[in-house]
Formats: sequence, C-alpha cells, structure tokens
Amino acid sequence: MNMATQVLDTPDLPISARFAKNIKRNIKERVIEFILMLAAMSAVATTLAIVAILLYESASFFEHVSIVDFLTDTQWTPLFEDAHYGIMPLVAGTLTTSFIALLVAVPIGTIGAIYLSEFASHKTREIVKPILELLVGVPTVVFGYFALLFVTPMLQTFLPNLPAFNMLGPGIVIGIMVVPYIASLAEDAMRAVPMSMREGSYAMGATRFQTALRVVTPAAVSGIVAAYILAISRAVGETMVVAIAAGQQPTLTFNPMEGAATITAYIVQVAMGDLPHGSIGYQSIFAAGLVLMLMTLAFNLIGHATRKKFRESY
Amino acid sequence: MTDQVKPQASVLANLDEVRAMIKRHKLNDSIFAIIGLVALMIGLLTLLTLFVDLVMDGYPRFNLDFMSEFPSRRAGSAGLLSAWVGSLLVLSVTFISAVPMGVGAGIYLEEYAPKNWFSDLIEINVTNLAGVPSIIYGLLALGLFVYILGLGQSIVTAGLTLGLLILPVVIVSTREAIRSIPVAIREAAYAVGATKWQVVSQHVVHYSFGGILTGVIIGMSRAIGETAPIITIGALTFIAFLPPSPVSAEPPYLNFDWLFSGFTVLPIQMFSWLSRPNPEFHINAAATGAIIIVVTLLMNGTAIWLRYNMRKKIKW
Repeated sequence: MNMATQVLDTPDLPISARFAKNIKRNIKERVIEFILMLAAMSAVATTLAIVAILLYESASFFEHVSIVDFLTDTQWTPLFEDAHYGIMPLVAGTLTTSFIALLVAVPIGTIGAIYLSEFASHKTREIVKPILELLVGVPTVVFGYFALLFVTPMLQTFLPNLPAFNMLGPGIVIGIMVVPYIASLAEDAMRAVPMSMREGSYAMGATRFQTALRVVTPAAVSGIVAAYILAISRAVGETMVVAIAAGQQPTLTFNPMEGAATITAYIVQVAMGDLPHGSIGYQSIFAAGLVLMLMTLAFNLIGHATRKKFRESY
Repeated sequence: MTDQVKPQASVLANLDEVRAMIKRHKLNDSIFAIIGLVALMIGLLTLLTLFVDLVMDGYPRFNLDFMSEFPSRRAGSAGLLSAWVGSLLVLSVTFISAVPMGVGAGIYLEEYAPKNWFSDLIEINVTNLAGVPSIIYGLLALGLFVYILGLGQSIVTAGLTLGLLILPVVIVSTREAIRSIPVAIREAAYAVGATKWQVVSQHVVHYSFGGILTGVIIGMSRAIGETAPIITIGALTFIAFLPPSPVSAEPPYLNFDWLFSGFTVLPIQMFSWLSRPNPEFHINAAATGAIIIVVTLLMNGTAIWLRYNMRKKIKW
C-alpha cells in the first residue's frame, strides 16, 4: 500500500528512486523468511538434541557396563550395592503391558472403526467421532488412577491372587486408553476408500459385512496398520499408568499376574529420587531411554515395511 | 410337460438355497452391527464409568479450600494452590515458546519451503517427533536444559520441555489450516502487488487463524495433563510455597525470578497423592484428576467445536 501510493504521488521522481524502497522491503522479506526457517529447523534440532543427549549419556553408561551384560543379565538393580545392569527385566515388563494393551485395543478399536465407517448412520458418526477425539486428550495420570483404584480391585474380585501392583490391570487400562486412537485413525483410513469400490461390491450382491471385510478393510489396510503402529508407540512409551499401578520392582517375567517395572516406570522412579548428576544411576535412565527409543523406532520400521507390502493403490 | 416342470423345480430349489444364503449373510450383517456397537460402547462407556468413578471419589474435596490450600501432611487440609499456580506459570512459558515457533515452522513449511531434500528432512522430523514417547522429552530436558544449559529444575525448564513436546501438534495443525486456503486468495493478493510476507501475514494466516487456534488449544490441553516429562526433569512433589510473583507494585513492575523457581503442577500433585498408601490422599488425587479432566475436556471440546463449526461455515 505504502509503496503504491508513493509511486503515484511522486511522478516527477525518476523511476529508480520511486522504487528505492524495494531494497529495504526485500531485505525485510529475506529476514522474515530466515526467521521462519529457523523456526522450522527447531524440529530437526529437537531430534538431533534427543539423539545426542541419549547417546552421550548412554556412552558414559556403557563405559562402566559392558553391552553384553546389559543385554544378557537377567537382573536390573543399578541402585543396589550389588549392582546388575541387565535391561531385559524392564524390556519384558514393557512388552508384557504393551501386549495386553494391544490384545484389548486392536479388536475393540478395529471393530469399532469398521462399525463407525461402514454401519453407523451419519448422525451416530457425527456424535461418536468428536467424542473419540475428546478421549484422546484425557491425561494418562488419570488412567493410572483407574488402573490402581478401579480396574485392579475389580479384577481382584474374580482373580483373588492378583497383587495390588500387577501388569494386567495397567495393560487393560492402556488398551482402553488407545482404543480411541485406533478407532479414530482406522475409521479415517476406511472413509478414504473411494465410494465406487463399495458400490462395485454392492452391485455384485455383497452385503455390508462382506463389503466391509473383503473390500474396504483390505483397501484401507495401510492406514489401519498405521493406526496400530501409533497405538504400539503409545503403549510402549506409556509412563504414568505403569508407574502408578504396575509396581516398581524390575522382574524378568512375562506373567501379567505379577508386578514388574517397565522402562518408563524405572525412569520415573529414578527421577523421583535424588540422584546426583553424572552418577551411574543417572546415566542408567538415559541408557533405558535409548532402549525405549530404539524399541519405538523398531516398531515404526516394521510398521512402515508392513504398510509398504500391503499397500493397495486405487 | 414333465420336461418343463423338472428344471423349474430345480430352479426353485436353487432359489431357496440362494434365499437361505442371502438370509444368512444378512444375519451376519446384523450380528456384526451389534458386535460393532458393543465394541464401540465398551470403549466409550468404560471411559465414562471411569470418569464418573473419579468424580464420585473426589466429590468430598470439591470446595474452595481445596483450591486455596498448600499441600499438607494431613489429607483433609491439603490443597492444590501451589499446583494450579505452577501449572498456570509452566503453561504460560509453554505457550510463549511453542506457539510462535510452531506457527512459524508451519508457515515456513507450507508457504516458503522449496521442494528439496531439506524440506523433506524437516517434514520427516516433525512426523517422527510426534511419535516420540513423552518421557524421552523429559530425558532431553534433564540432560540439556537442567544440566548443560543450567536452567535447573525450574518453571522455565518445564515450560520449554512441554513446548518442545507440543511443537509437532502446533506445526501439523498450522499446516493443515494453511493448506485449506485456496491458491486464488494468494494470487489475488499478489496481483495487487503484495509481497510474500504481506500475503502470508495479512491473508493466509488471517484466514487460517481458527484452524491454528484449534491446534494450539489441543496442544496446550495436552501440556496440562502431561506428567512424565516433568517428573523426569525432577520437579518436586511437595511444594508449600508460591513462586515469586511475576508482577510487583514497584518499578520495574515485571519480575522474572519466578521462571527459575521450584514448582509443582496439577498432574504431579495427583501422582504424588496417588503414590501414598493412605487412602485419604486418594480422595485428593481423585478430585485433582477430575479437575484436570474437566479442564482438558473443556479445552479439547472448544477446539473440536471450533473445527467443526469452521468446516461448516467456510465455503471457498
């Protein structure tokens, strides 16, 4: 605006002078673009910083502990006098709770998504979808409360031997927690399947159920797997539920009826205490974090490969 | 005659078979519809039950004293004052750090970024960061903010940590909001001589403001309930003081000492009460949980309502 009025108001100036402001303007444009680029770089910087910190502190950890011990020792007692540094008990705890969670979440989430996408009326969908999105936002510490004081006592009524801290209750709660993720994302994937494919199937005389199962689901499998992967990432990285309700004792067990610490619960346990910076206990949480990160990465890579293999283009 | 009847009979038999098959398949349909509804209800109703349980458990503590008292050794007189003030201060740091950065990054990626490996790299990073477990951000903050940068276990550390955590949420929603603005709007602005920044700031951002706001609200509501990263940086669980006030009566009026103060936040207070064996503290935890849920649901509800309304209203 400024420039335009200036050009019109001063017709007697040579054209170069009338546009002299452009240089200033160009510099301003460049500076803004640079600042915006820095903002975008923050994402890269964060990733780099995460990797650098985890590797740096883990490196100090592995100066004291051999990687072989780390991977094969069956005890994890870094804070004890007789220190053992075997990550396997923590990994077992994480895998067990995540597995129970998926056992709950995958069937409920997938069936819910199929129902929502293929069977539910428009109105039902309009109501349920926002509720699912709302539930995704419920803080995990609240779910920890449910696991400890609602689900576990309930389970104890018909599993009398269940200890107060166990992996079953938190596993189920994490499962219920990630149902909205799976249902919402898988439904999105199914809605994205073109209507013409359903119409083709119906025209051949297929019922809704047949169409949903044999046409829509295979076509959307890539998106559905992506939903599962997100659910696994959530379950593996879930912290508060297990820290509150699964117990703090690292035990090498896959039995959900026992209590066991997960990787995340261990990190919380150490962070709650007062560990001096640079001590082996302090470094051990970074090594544990590195393993957690690698596990998440591995699941993501597997998921990516699966998606590629089953991807159907239409 | 008999020759004609025979095939007809077989056709009829077939027809019956076909009808039976259709019936069976239709039954399958209805059975699945019921299973689907039940599955969905299990998901939704369980959560509803849990929420009702929480409110009922925490009911005795819903009063003003609970909001205005410091935590205490006696469950009955313990309150949330330091926790909600801490949450408020931490979130203000989160807001100030994450929103400009996230919106800026979103604008850059949508409007400025050239299509090359560098932009791809940033994109991949944003996607991956959204999947990083939140406790990893806590470790990053513990190593980087607390010790390398020496910010200590303070409000500014917690705020920045949560800022990094919600950055992907803000970036992704900014991008989605900007992407929905038709090119014609930009072309019209360019046609009357606007510069790129003028187009972006006065038109693109202006029209996508609602969408960006939605993302910011969702990100902030996530930050309210996030516990693990803040525990990891070593937040204290028993705080019986308030951080120094950000405003003072004498010049220079603004005071930034609060940034480096110790603190606690709502979810950590809840966790700390929950980890006590005394069930009286569990009532406090339930009440805190109910408050956190109500606040996050209100924020998320606002965001979702905004988004659905905008979808309806705007027709390009």
